[in-house]
Amino acid sequence: MTNRLATEIAGLKLRNPTMLAAGILGLSGASLREVINNGAGAVVTKSIGLKPREGYLNPAVAQVSCGLLNAMGLPNPGVHDFVEEIRELKRDGVDVPIIVSVYGFSPEEFAEVAQVSAKAGADAIELNVSCPHVKKTGSEIGQSPSLVAEVVQKVKTVIKKPVILKLTPNVSDVVEIAKAGVKTGADAITAINTLRAMAIEIETTRPILANRKGGLSGPAIKPVAVRCVYEIYEAVDVPIIGCGGITTWQDAVEFMLAGASAVQIGTAIASKGLGVFKSVSRGIDSYLRRKGFGSVKDIVGLSHSR
Amino acid sequence: MSAYLTAANQLRTVRIVSVRDETPTIKSFTFRDRLAAKASPGQFVMVWVPSVDEVPMSLSAIDPKEGAVTITVEEVGEATSQLHRVKVGDVVGVRGPFGNGYTLTRARNVMIVGGGTGLASLAPLTMQIAKQKGRKITFLLGAKNCGELLFLERTKTVLATINHRIVVTTEDGSYGTKGLVTEPAEQLLTKERFDTIYACGPELMMHKMFLLAERFKVPFQASLERLMRCAIGLCGTCVIGRYRVCRDGPVFSGEQLREVRDEFGRFRRGLDGRKTALT
Repeated sequence: MTNRLATEIAGLKLRNPTMLAAGILGLSGASLREVINNGAGAVVTKSIGLKPREGYLNPAVAQVSCGLLNAMGLPNPGVHDFVEEIRELKRDGVDVPIIVSVYGFSPEEFAEVAQVSAKAGADAIELNVSCPHVKKTGSEIGQSPSLVAEVVQKVKTVIKKPVILKLTPNVSDVVEIAKAGVKTGADAITAINTLRAMAIEIETTRPILANRKGGLSGPAIKPVAVRCVYEIYEAVDVPIIGCGGITTWQDAVEFMLAGASAVQIGTAIASKGLGVFKSVSRGIDSYLRRKGFGSVKDIVGLSHSR
Repeated sequence: MSAYLTAANQLRTVRIVSVRDETPTIKSFTFRDRLAAKASPGQFVMVWVPSVDEVPMSLSAIDPKEGAVTITVEEVGEATSQLHRVKVGDVVGVRGPFGNGYTLTRARNVMIVGGGTGLASLAPLTMQIAKQKGRKITFLLGAKNCGELLFLERTKTVLATINHRIVVTTEDGSYGTKGLVTEPAEQLLTKERFDTIYACGPELMMHKMFLLAERFKVPFQASLERLMRCAIGLCGTCVIGRYRVCRDGPVFSGEQLREVRDEFGRFRRGLDGRKTALT
């Protein structure tokens, strides 16, 4: 592959535009390294909070038509334990950006977790204001423009590293939220997190997920995500990272044409394995060559021009 | 789109067709499920007790002809004690089979070491090896006490027609040799050349067997246990080093275990990802 694939997001240098999405693996330094060794251009950790959290009981996932439901419940060791994993990864040398996904139950908590992560070596922070299945955080914050603005602002005052805002599609106007975040200093936007959803098992008449409701990911949400990226691209000037159902290079290219500078991959790892990062990168590279583009940056937002 | 819909990962509901008391703390449950019945020895399924929990379970019997499988469950916590209350005719959910299973080799002189419910995944493996010609199986079986000995009669029956040896140890000496199963294993390895070792049981036992396999330079496979959530390689709950136990395991070779020796036999991660030392 060539350097056609190299790109940049808010100062972060990516060797290719594929990233590991938050919530997938990413709970240990060794598993993040494995994803990097399999070709990801950047990795986002599992969402980390101030205190340890076990998350919900099983079933935490349920397969549905065209996608996957999950309600993990933000399991994580808490930032003070997790920094050891970041330090371990950094100590052994790593050549792609490590982005720590951060959640909190208040703007102050977001800021504290972001600050501790940045000190430990995180190259950027992604704010999870979009998890759809934990009360008093995630999308309960991400559905309010003023709360989003407050979180971004608090985080920006304590760290100098890039702050990426990950948005929920569970709003009537995703653009309004994106604008509120960018106005207070978000350096990039990730769109989108999972859609609030559920599944019921008909023989037992029981909801499958232990938490009853969860988030839908996978191909089912791709068109929703593409639309969100497209709308946000027209409204803000910061780079966008597309996320939602990306399984093939064609999916990735579609997101980029809508306005994404990079894409995050998660659910597809279940069906395609960790090789998905390389297969998507290779496919984008051939597409660029075939179409005569010198850089992956050249196709970002191309569907908007007449 | 269909790439996401793996048949194995689709939740099915099944009716329990038989329940068997194996020991005072261990029960076996049989149900019909065509997909699970295609599993190879060492693969596992996720079993859902509606409104309670979903837990990973080894298959202790795989009957492709009948389309039936058996899980063998020790009562250790909330989920397994609820599972123990399941009766014939009750409905549970199942996903899988998942994971890699044991690799069958041409090894002639085979050592199989099982402790506690680790014997569950070894039972179909033993059956498969016993069907092949020219194999000698040394089966070492460990338990806390006589009452908790699992699958001894079944193992005797399976091995009856082939060249074999069965060694039993109990921690209290109430049956067989008193002590840990790794002790006679070490003695045998000192005296005799084995071509391969399979182990499943408490991690410290498997770790000790791994060290013995390294010392005597015998190819080794062990089936690991970790907390699991998604079982399809996404959530990262079951990671050991760079491996996902649900996807890259649960069976690991000696070479792989060497790679994760800082972790194997030392600690496991809780649901929150924090490390707990193994004792």
